[in-house]
Amino acid sequence: MIDSKLLGLVINRLCYQLIENHDDFSNTVIIGMQPRGILLAENIVEKLRSIQPNNNIRYGIIDPTFYRDDFRSGGKQLIARPTEIPFNLQNQKVVLIDDVLYTGRTIRAGLEGMLEYGRPDSVELMVLIDRRFSRELPIEPKYIGKSVDSYDNQEVRVMWKKDGGEDKVILVSD
Amino acid sequence: MSDKKLSVKHLLGTKDLTLQDVELIFSQADEFKEVLSRPIKKVPSLRDITIANIFFENSTRTRLSFELAQKRLSADIVNFAAASSSVKKGETLVDTVNNILAMKVDMVVMRHASPGAALFLSQHINAAIVNAGDGTHEHPTQALLDAYSIREKLGTVKGKKVAIVGDITHSRVALSNIHLLKTLGAEVMLCGPTTLIPKHIESLGVKVEHNLRNALEWCDVANMLRIQLERQDVDVRYFPTLREYSLQYGLDKKLLDSLSKKIVVMHPGPINRGVEITSDVADSNQSIILQQVENGVAIRMAVIYLLAQNMEMRK
Repeated sequence: MIDSKLLGLVINRLCYQLIENHDDFSNTVIIGMQPRGILLAENIVEKLRSIQPNNNIRYGIIDPTFYRDDFRSGGKQLIARPTEIPFNLQNQKVVLIDDVLYTGRTIRAGLEGMLEYGRPDSVELMVLIDRRFSRELPIEPKYIGKSVDSYDNQEVRVMWKKDGGEDKVILVSD
Repeated sequence: MSDKKLSVKHLLGTKDLTLQDVELIFSQADEFKEVLSRPIKKVPSLRDITIANIFFENSTRTRLSFELAQKRLSADIVNFAAASSSVKKGETLVDTVNNILAMKVDMVVMRHASPGAALFLSQHINAAIVNAGDGTHEHPTQALLDAYSIREKLGTVKGKKVAIVGDITHSRVALSNIHLLKTLGAEVMLCGPTTLIPKHIESLGVKVEHNLRNALEWCDVANMLRIQLERQDVDVRYFPTLREYSLQYGLDKKLLDSLSKKIVVMHPGPINRGVEITSDVADSNQSIILQQVENGVAIRMAVIYLLAQNMEMRK
């Protein structure tokens, strides 16, 4: 769906969209969603820092596990991963970043967890892949890498060089 | 989401836990420690779970720690102390607990004076059981928080030398610690008067030493157990006087400072100050006694969280 060259361009575009809306990031923090969203978030933060080296970009990660609504209902084990938010979110603008937006349930859990760290002025959602028409909750992204129409039996996989592969996004069918 | 899960449905003792189980509990405890450092120290994960804390024996720290852990996980809890219950009227253990379960309780945390009480309950009751101490047998969450505190202080448990000093015979903490520390790859030495160390305990793969100074020179960590006055039989004297015990096996600042290296001092509480350790040792910077208490809540949150996921799925 997206190869490494296109992915670079998409990340570039997303960064400039952020700069357009958030200027010097003095009142904005970036939060990546565990587990896969932080890989995109790290790329975005790295790029932002190279574009605007004088700005202090604050970056945290949130793990939605404890806030999920499928605890003890799907037979899956929900194992928590680290959360690190070393700043108060009170009166900040938050950009929440995840790799794939599907039903919206993970984002809902992440939002609930995030609110434990203070009341932000606003929260915007950025996703690399928006799987349209499959939402189960009223959650919509503001920044989108690419929108795709996909079936429920398909899976979107985002791969990263940091993870030991190459940068790309693929659509897998059963 | 992950394939990792506990290999057990109940936490009856550390003997049943695999290395993977312990690593999983520790990794989740790390995350719960982070939760406990937040402005809002609570997560909603267990909001549909009800837990009964049933204590047939006295406890302050353990019961409080379990209760806090459950509240931080948003579970509903009911507390039950045997002293004020129908147990006094002659009700059996299974009947008592079944009556509590009839009120739709999912998990039972129990302390009982009889070794094996938790195992017995797990065979007759349809709920997840957490053993909070069964007589002189096991006290698994204490051992988990002890090992977790060692890992936190020294980076790892593997290869470390741990001396457990004091009344080994009557100590459930000692037995749980031995099993767990062996699983984690630590070396264990027991130290105390011959009357307070069970015969053939070496078969568990531990060393035995009767001289406190030798044990302390050998170890990286000294876990100083409490002298359990309530478990000393009236007719049997295990040592002549407390004063004599203290002189032989008590750890004071002079002894601690005279050692060739700085060891870590632990104590499961409650401390008999001046008997097994003196106040200046308990409050020294080599002691991690208060960290143990703090870690206890995170460890118990991890245990309850993981066991709750292993319970039958909600209909």
